[in-house]
Amino acid sequence: MKTILYIIQKEFKQIFRNKGMLPIIFVLPLLQLVILSNAATFEVKNIKFGYIDKDHSSTSRALVEKFNASTYFNVLTDFPSEAIASAEMLKGEIDVLLQIPQYFERDLQIEKYANLGITINAIDGAAAGVENVYVNQIIQRFNQNIKMDVLQVSDKQVQPIAVETIPLFWYNKTLNYKTFMVPGILVLLVTMITLFLSGMNIVREKEIGTLEQINVTPIKKSQFIIGKLFPFWVIGMGLLTIGLILAKVIFDVPMLGSLTLLYFYTSIYILVILGIGLFISNFTDTQQQAMFIAWFFTVIFILMSGLFTPIESMPKWAQTLTEFNPIRYFVEVMRMVMLKGSGFNDILPQLLKTALYAFVMNGLAVWSYKKTT
Amino acid sequence: MNNNNVIEAQNLTKMFGDFTAVSAISFEVKKGEIFGFLGANGAGKTTAMKMLIGISKPTAGKASVAGFDVYKQAEDIKKNIGYMSQKFALYDDLTVKENIMFFGGIYGVSRKRIKEKTAILIEELGLEEVANQLVGALPLGWKQKLSFSVSLIHDPKIVFLDEPTGGVDPITRRQFWEMIYKAANQGTTVFVTTHYMDEAEYCDRVSIMVNGKIEALDTPKKLKQQFNVTNMNDVFLKLARG
Repeated sequence: MKTILYIIQKEFKQIFRNKGMLPIIFVLPLLQLVILSNAATFEVKNIKFGYIDKDHSSTSRALVEKFNASTYFNVLTDFPSEAIASAEMLKGEIDVLLQIPQYFERDLQIEKYANLGITINAIDGAAAGVENVYVNQIIQRFNQNIKMDVLQVSDKQVQPIAVETIPLFWYNKTLNYKTFMVPGILVLLVTMITLFLSGMNIVREKEIGTLEQINVTPIKKSQFIIGKLFPFWVIGMGLLTIGLILAKVIFDVPMLGSLTLLYFYTSIYILVILGIGLFISNFTDTQQQAMFIAWFFTVIFILMSGLFTPIESMPKWAQTLTEFNPIRYFVEVMRMVMLKGSGFNDILPQLLKTALYAFVMNGLAVWSYKKTT
Repeated sequence: MNNNNVIEAQNLTKMFGDFTAVSAISFEVKKGEIFGFLGANGAGKTTAMKMLIGISKPTAGKASVAGFDVYKQAEDIKKNIGYMSQKFALYDDLTVKENIMFFGGIYGVSRKRIKEKTAILIEELGLEEVANQLVGALPLGWKQKLSFSVSLIHDPKIVFLDEPTGGVDPITRRQFWEMIYKAANQGTTVFVTTHYMDEAEYCDRVSIMVNGKIEALDTPKKLKQQFNVTNMNDVFLKLARG
């Protein structure tokens, strides 16, 4: 026990003396939280909207006006020809192109039917999907008005039966994207810093030769590892605390569940990450190698965590893979506890899987750490 | 086992794949002896030493250090030895005092004893003025003397020194050997590798390794007689050239 304290003391001294590392530990993650939470949004706004109006009627102008009135669209220009409009889309100057054919108004009134052409730049498929929905909503609403107008003058008995859906958004009533993202970004921050620091720490001692000096002392493997990893566990918990405070103060993210539960889960989660970090440093000889491997896994873990893209929309095999992704569980728990107020029993599956993961990873790490080669 | 021998090796061998780094070496080191382990760069000195200090498993052969077997009791060996590696291995970002405290601590020396030791060490080494400075800022010679002292912090029975005077000026080397003598006089066995042949003259007995094998082992005086030369340098050259 005393031995462990000596190591912990030494580690903390070294961490706080490392002037290059301190800002990385404490300032960068917070910048990350503030910047990413504001920037990583799937809301599609400021859609560049162009149109070709061949009808030049009051109805066609009213339709364009509908788009103009929407906050999502920046109505640009009336293009004289399709060729010019296509060229503009190729250059990325417009996202959505609406083509209103000739006799649009006449067809609507006489045939009660008219075609509209919509072209959407779908390089970003997700954004294109959202744009499509917006465009359809506007056109449908416009359609309703037209029907009313037409009906007033014709047969009153054929009343349209309008079926309207009123969506209710639970847990994030205003669909505030930040409420959704901040807990996730907080996960990233805690994970990346603890993984990189722990992964590079032991390998650094290998590089400078002090690990050999440690290996000739009678220190036990477990003592050394606990002493080495404990400081990073503390840093991880510290980052969570700072992150939660910022989430509340800057983003006003709700905290419906129990803070104690969140801390309890995180305390186990960090063990997983530290185990992975140690495992990496056992198999590498330089900090660069360790960093590279840690980075590789972080990117995969993040992209497959459900943080940015929902796990439900991944292919089956990918969904199975995410079962092995610790970040996935942390993201889930974080969102469940903070936004839904989930309790101990709700997060029990995640908690058990994480605990098992921690046990396996640290077992592997201790096993693969060799004092004698 | 002879009670007077603190290190015994029999046909100790280490292979890395097909390459034999240490080839069936056998020798004994007596208690209180200064044993010089000589050889050119790459002769296998460091590899042999790593097997004795329990951080590298031998491929074949037998060896015991301080009465403990290198295969089964490596951790017991570690309690009884001190080690100073070729590469400076104290923490550059800790102060002189903190380094002494840390290594004393992980060897299980009591806090009180560490305090006493620290005061004595710092005075002996004349490091009073830099005691609270980071080790990284010290000149190499001071660092080497400090790391030798740190390797003795837990009063080990045997201390292993791997090329302790590499890159150090002649005056410091002289002082360093005075420290080695002092430790030996207090009953510590010193196992030292070097390729400075003048240092070999200071040892009680020396072994000379060539290509993984011990080609000669005796007192410097007898070796010089055997090869009919006046200094150890010539002994070494005769052996190394074959």
